[in-house]
Amino acid sequence: MLDGAGAPARGAYAGEYILEVDNVRKEFPGVVALDDVQLKIRPGTVHALMGENGAGKSTLMKIIAGVYTPDRGEVRFAGRPLVIRTPLDALNSGIAMIHQELNLMNTMSVAENIWIGREPKYGFGLIDHGKMAAMTRDLFTDLGIKLAPEQMVGDLTVAQKQMVEIAKAVSFNSDVLIMDEPTSAITETEVEHLFRIIRDLRAKGVGIVYITHKMSELFEIADELTVFRDGKFIAAVPAAEVTRDQIIKMMVGREITNLFPKIDCEIGETILEVRNLTLPGVFEDVSFTLRRGEILGVAGLVGSGRSNVAEAVFGVTPAASGQILIDGAVVDIKSPPVAMRHGMAFLTEDRKETGCFLNLDCIENIQVALLSSGKVDNRGFVNQREVNRLAEEFCAKLRVKTPNLAETVANLSGGNQQKLLIARWLLTKPRILILDEPTRGIDVGAKSEIHRLITQLAAEGVAILMISSELPEVLGMSDRIMVMHEGHVSGFLDRAEADQVRVMELAAK
Amino acid sequence: MATQTLGAERAAPKAHRKLPSEINILLVLIGIALVFEILGWIFQGQTFLGNINRLKIMILQVSVIGIIAVGVTQVIISGGIDLSSGSIVGAVAMVSMSFAQAGDYARAVYPALTDMPVIVPVLIGLACGAVAGTINGLLIAYTKIPPFIATLGMMVTARGFAKWYTKGQPVSFPTDSFASLGAGMMPVLIFLTVAAIFHVAMKYTRYGKFTYAIGANPQAARVSGINVETHLVKLYMVAGTLAALAGIVVAARGQTAQAGMGMMYELDAIAMAVIGGTSLAGGRGSIIGTSIGMIIFGVIISGFTFLRLDAYYQEMIKGAIIVAAVVADTYRQRKKMKKA
Repeated sequence: MLDGAGAPARGAYAGEYILEVDNVRKEFPGVVALDDVQLKIRPGTVHALMGENGAGKSTLMKIIAGVYTPDRGEVRFAGRPLVIRTPLDALNSGIAMIHQELNLMNTMSVAENIWIGREPKYGFGLIDHGKMAAMTRDLFTDLGIKLAPEQMVGDLTVAQKQMVEIAKAVSFNSDVLIMDEPTSAITETEVEHLFRIIRDLRAKGVGIVYITHKMSELFEIADELTVFRDGKFIAAVPAAEVTRDQIIKMMVGREITNLFPKIDCEIGETILEVRNLTLPGVFEDVSFTLRRGEILGVAGLVGSGRSNVAEAVFGVTPAASGQILIDGAVVDIKSPPVAMRHGMAFLTEDRKETGCFLNLDCIENIQVALLSSGKVDNRGFVNQREVNRLAEEFCAKLRVKTPNLAETVANLSGGNQQKLLIARWLLTKPRILILDEPTRGIDVGAKSEIHRLITQLAAEGVAILMISSELPEVLGMSDRIMVMHEGHVSGFLDRAEADQVRVMELAAK
Repeated sequence: MATQTLGAERAAPKAHRKLPSEINILLVLIGIALVFEILGWIFQGQTFLGNINRLKIMILQVSVIGIIAVGVTQVIISGGIDLSSGSIVGAVAMVSMSFAQAGDYARAVYPALTDMPVIVPVLIGLACGAVAGTINGLLIAYTKIPPFIATLGMMVTARGFAKWYTKGQPVSFPTDSFASLGAGMMPVLIFLTVAAIFHVAMKYTRYGKFTYAIGANPQAARVSGINVETHLVKLYMVAGTLAALAGIVVAARGQTAQAGMGMMYELDAIAMAVIGGTSLAGGRGSIIGTSIGMIIFGVIISGFTFLRLDAYYQEMIKGAIIVAAVVADTYRQRKKMKKA
């Protein structure tokens, strides 16, 4: 374990650890979610909690937040046993949490969202909006966030919303701040911003638990790290003493030598061509070609119009002008069914919003696109046996981990949900596959499996358009990279000439 | 989260089915029936379930609303609601009866069109329901107004139409063939046929699968290539047509049509679906569940009557049972999600 003095604690407590999880065990019917795990957080440090999806990180966070009670073991905060029944209890006792999903009210202003339940008041309990705005401005100045307190949260971009969440968590002046994958929806620039905030908080003595899947972030920000695997505590080490490969080995229990195993394959003729595609105010004059067996990576900041172009090509929100050619012929893709008829498939960016049917089972999730393509039915009657057979085949191929395919999808981990969605599209045997953030928020193991699958598909001749905010992914996987900036294509880079700096130069201009 | 075990990693996941969720509802039905049986012996000194006649009457009472409930169930599964079905019953009862009057009746609505073959009033009635449902569907799919508002509008309009049609006069004296549509156990037979058709449609056809998908996540359904708008129009058209069928049966059974027929049927139908496990959030429910919900509904009404419970209490308890069903369902859902 660790030795040496941590930074001095900020609050009244001067012990070694501000938050201690001691031999906590939690069982659910049929599964041991946590098997006597530990986690020890020093004040004034950033402590990364690592592990694949399903390793038990979220379960532990839910125990700390009071959602679950542990079967055994203890959680101590500032040396005393922690008793938490509601998220409000957690906040009051000095633990703030930023969840993976956004928890904001879209129809209320930024200031109202931050101070909800703690609004400054005049006499008679009336809310002092002026003071609330001033408090928000102070908070934002501290954190370097450029947003007006009056702005409606619903009008903000996902990245801006994430910043509001972070500001809200910081506003509680907690001793412990837990961040569950705070960077999954934001781009490099905002990540830098977030890291500045985290360093400030660390200097003030806050203990920060940072859950992430991204190795690069880990080495940039974390002081110490704890690794879980399959609900078990594996190790706790100072971040400076381990290498990336060692961590991956601890997480998956096996070596992953190459995270992005792009195999060279033959690139065939042009299958998709986009000419001067324009949707005023969103993207303009976008042109590119995509060939058989090619992976065209699309890089750019969030809000640069990448996803909108993909939606236009697939007919979700058709462009106002411009042409789409498939096999050299102009096609009018006015809705997703038309795109599918031309052999396209589209894995959307947001798994929960536009991907999964969370309360339906695996089969029902997998079969939708195949059914709407009309290939497996006889006058409207579905050949369920055939559908099930295909679903089983693809789930085995993609190594989907689920007790059975009648399991409700909400109960699967993010990586498995993503695999199901990929299976949904592979069932339709697409020639053109559009992937929008194919590995967002999923663990290293599932990620490399998905990468392997993508190259395999390219080798089979599928043309792939892959949007990603993770530069290493774009650089490692793509044959060519298209970079977008504020709705325009700012340049193309070949695999050989592309590196992080060049891409970022084009993306940020 | 931790649903994965090392064992599951090796074995390829199988598409095996769990116990149908309708089992729960069936157990509730059996429980309620047994309670009435026991109360019957205690307070009335006689059997509740053993009286075949009582059971026949019970099932007849609920079958007509059951026909509506089948249509409403598929609408609710898609994430919508239909409040117009009761009024469509009233309007269609009037219209179809006006084309089904016997020739020997002096004051027919259309004296030139009496003694028509039974198919004429039936088709005209069904067409009226289909049109009303299509209007609902078009409004919901293309103007994006909430289903609650669109069908509320139709509910008021269709009732108004029913009253305007004969300026409030009842329409009576149908031909024998038309009257036979509501005679004896015919309503039960019609219900069973409709339920069987839609059970198959919801479970084994694209129509059904798309309905569940749209209810579970309309955006994902759209991106997956489902034409959500046209599907919604179909769903509401079917719901309107089934409400019309119920209207025809009601008119035939009563051998008269009045503008006020079918009042509150929409709420009873929604209640049957909800008691049967259909989730108002969309994506979940089944025709079998709704059919059991319908019988539960019938057992409760007939049980209270059997116990000579005052009608006022009956209404109040009915309301409480509907709420209890939803609470139980919500609780079950939360447990299911939390297991992860």
